Amino acid sequence: MSDITHAQEHSQGSYASYIIGFVSSLSITIGAYIVVTHHKYDGRKLVFTLMGLAIVQLYAQLVFFLHLGRGSKTKWNTMLFMFMLLVVFIIVGGTLWIMYHLNYNMMSPRGITHYVNSQDDL
Amino acid sequence: MSTATDTTLQQATYSKTTFGFWLYLMTDCVLFASLFAVYIVLRINTNGGPSSQAIFDLPYALIETIALLTSSFTCGLAILAARRNKQTQTITWLAVTYILGLTFLTMELTEFSHFVADGNSWRHSGFLSSFFTLVGTHGLHISIGLLWMIVMAARIMRQGFTPNTLRRLTLFSLFWHFLDIIWIFIFTIVYLMGGANL
Repeated sequence: MSDITHAQEHSQGSYASYIIGFVSSLSITIGAYIVVTHHKYDGRKLVFTLMGLAIVQLYAQLVFFLHLGRGSKTKWNTMLFMFMLLVVFIIVGGTLWIMYHLNYNMMSPRGITHYVNSQDDL
Repeated sequence: MSTATDTTLQQATYSKTTFGFWLYLMTDCVLFASLFAVYIVLRINTNGGPSSQAIFDLPYALIETIALLTSSFTCGLAILAARRNKQTQTITWLAVTYILGLTFLTMELTEFSHFVADGNSWRHSGFLSSFFTLVGTHGLHISIGLLWMIVMAARIMRQGFTPNTLRRLTLFSLFWHFLDIIWIFIFTIVYLMGGANL
């Protein structure tokens, strides 16, 4: 058991890494909250700011809590993670792409009523 | 000689189960990704009911977030204590993690019951259905984690540390950190962006 302990110790962090991870995550969370409550940005700018902060926090937790990418044994874990990111990007990005174009290319309910009323023979 | 083989064998099992569990977590991410996609598409379909800006309580969600983040941190401290073979310390940090996780779950269920009491249940609109599905799925994972913690703590208290204890704790910590990461995105996309009316 102690051999495993020593082998993992190197790749799986210490008090310092957990404390750095915790403090940075906490400050990013509170920072994002302040950005929203103080109405510093709006619209597209706010979306990018918030998503940027979330992704920085994701990275901080992956490195300091999950210890991804440290040590040679986690190579396959990292590759699986990259593949997961690709799948997530296709699912979320693809869904949004399709659905927004669907909304744009279809008539709104009010538009349909207007169209029906304008056709005398319907 | 035989102890050396045992250690190698244990190490192989350790990395195999960790890898398998990591694989499960990645598929769980894909599940959450599809729920996020549904939520983002349906969030404006309020069917005459309240919008996200009208019902979300941002300070409340921030406290929930901090509780879960702290529990993720204390879970890491439990792992460090276990690696140093400190049984009492491990149990203590697990207990702190449990209490914070339970606080989070209680707050989430309180929020849900307020929504339902105000007539804003999942049956009201596409927005509320997708909200309850996304956040509820995360809450279900948290409940499973809480159950897992009880089983693990009971095992440690009854049998003490065995070669398998550290492996189980490591898997649990992966699960718990993963749930915290999913919550970051729920907090950002559902609460912060919903509260800012984006």
